[in-house]
Amino acid sequence: MTDLKGIFRHHPLLFWGAAIVALLVVCALTAQWVAPYDPDAQTLGDRLLPPSLSHWMGTDQYGRDVLSRMLYGARISLAVGLVAVSIYILIGVLVGSVAGYYGRWVDGVLMRLVDVLLCIPTFFLILMVIAFVGPSILNIMVIIGLTSWTDVARLVRGEVLALKEREFVLAARLMGLSDSHIILRHILPNALGPVLVVATLGVGSCILLESSLSFLGLGVQPPTASWGNMLMEGKDHLTDAWWLVTFPGVAIFTTVLGYNLMGEGLRDLMDPRMRGSRQG
Amino acid sequence: MRNFLLRRFLLMVPLMLGITVLSFGIMQLAPGDPATLDVAMNPRIDPSYLQKLRTSYGLDQPIPVQYWNWLKRVAVLDFGESYKDSRPVLTVIAERLPATLLLSGLSLVLLFLIAVPLGVAAAYYQGRFIDRFATLFTFVGYSMPSFWFALMLMLLLGVQWNLLPVSGMVSTDFDYLPWWRKAGDLASHLFLPLVVTTFGGLASVSRYARTSMLEVIRQDYIRTARASGLPERTVIFKHALRNALIPVVTLLGLSLPALIGGSFIIETLFAWPGMGRLGFEAVFSHNYPLLMGIGVISGLLTLVGNLLADIGYAWLDPRIRYD
Repeated sequence: MTDLKGIFRHHPLLFWGAAIVALLVVCALTAQWVAPYDPDAQTLGDRLLPPSLSHWMGTDQYGRDVLSRMLYGARISLAVGLVAVSIYILIGVLVGSVAGYYGRWVDGVLMRLVDVLLCIPTFFLILMVIAFVGPSILNIMVIIGLTSWTDVARLVRGEVLALKEREFVLAARLMGLSDSHIILRHILPNALGPVLVVATLGVGSCILLESSLSFLGLGVQPPTASWGNMLMEGKDHLTDAWWLVTFPGVAIFTTVLGYNLMGEGLRDLMDPRMRGSRQG
Repeated sequence: MRNFLLRRFLLMVPLMLGITVLSFGIMQLAPGDPATLDVAMNPRIDPSYLQKLRTSYGLDQPIPVQYWNWLKRVAVLDFGESYKDSRPVLTVIAERLPATLLLSGLSLVLLFLIAVPLGVAAAYYQGRFIDRFATLFTFVGYSMPSFWFALMLMLLLGVQWNLLPVSGMVSTDFDYLPWWRKAGDLASHLFLPLVVTTFGGLASVSRYARTSMLEVIRQDYIRTARASGLPERTVIFKHALRNALIPVVTLLGLSLPALIGGSFIIETLFAWPGMGRLGFEAVFSHNYPLLMGIGVISGLLTLVGNLLADIGYAWLDPRIRYD
């Protein structure tokens, strides 16, 4: 309990971020029990009802309960965010540590590859690939994962470059340990902090990306509810149903804010230098 | 400086080749090929005709050969013809460029006029109200989905209060208006997309300016300037700001691709007839030559933007040149 109080007092960003994220996780996990209605059940008699006691967030153009769809949408956002980030952290860490550790031409080739990827706007790249392979939840996760690893690779490469000259790594090398053992057991654990920060911030940006794609009709496909495609369907009723475009947007904003706060909070927690500069 | 430039230029060549390989490679993912697309409307097509079509397009050759042939044409900026209306890709792009330049150019100017003073002030008054406000603003800016922000503005200003048009670049009767009404009409259409585009960049640019300023005002030479009794105004505006702005200026170079490429989502949402919307339409209609044209050109622009940023940096900061 005192620990929680301590976090609240000294790391308010982390505290509020984690609180928001925890709320989202609870919503996603308990959606099937707390959602008042079936998210896909169409009740044509109840079309476009404004928020009321029986439908807290109103109903959409098919008479579906917006609150229930929002709760189920949280699952999609969370799943896309977590899976996409896991994929790109994995690729980024792999590429970054190999490039940083082996240096020379391996580094040269891998980093030029990163440069090339960075030259094509990521959003355009994702749009193109999705247009060709077709939109689905799985495709979105994989494509975001495959196109967004460049920053992680650069970060990890930098960390590895700095760490590999340190005494404990030289000692490990002198002991004749294998490269993979040195990278996995001795170097990467020391580079974990910044990677965790980037991963946390990354979940937020993946959720933002997924909602943008779904909003354009290239993401999660209806009738599966996602906050992005709820906004897409809602924008046709901009004039007569404000609640359809308001609530999903608030949800996206709050969720992404939660991950950003948590990421920045973690950064403060792990890098005392930055903490000092904040208080200055 | 000359060696620096030369090295920087040579580095661009393999990157440019990489961009073309990537663009070409992605197109290989596309279902079907141009030949099947040509005859898609005709179910009773003769297979031998299809074969002839493939030969005439060069599609029967190995992929490396196809790439080489394509590359030879791209080298002279010939991206072929847009599927939609059989006009050269470059013409189609040139048509859409002014709308995007107008929107993103204005937004870039606004962005720097607002974000840089905000970031600098936040750094100078670190930890005080303005800094806290700027930090809060940064978090909001980073977390706000631009398309939702746009929707909310449309809902309030366009629909609820009916103040501004929410779609297109000009009204339907634009051609019949006198010039001053034309300007007003354009401005009213421009307003909402401009606000959304500018807002999207504020958070990162102001944060960048803040970090850069924070680094500079901690340097010894600033302390020396203060210690030698210079007025605070001179210290900040003459000594600190100059160096703090170097990294910010290079951001201008990095903004070049966005300046030309526009925003897919905002242009699509506001039906703004620019490059972003063109790209979006091309994706949806599987207009491959257009897509490859946009991909290669935006990659090239990013390279040029990076180059300009580096040159700007080297020009402003002599320490970089001699590395």
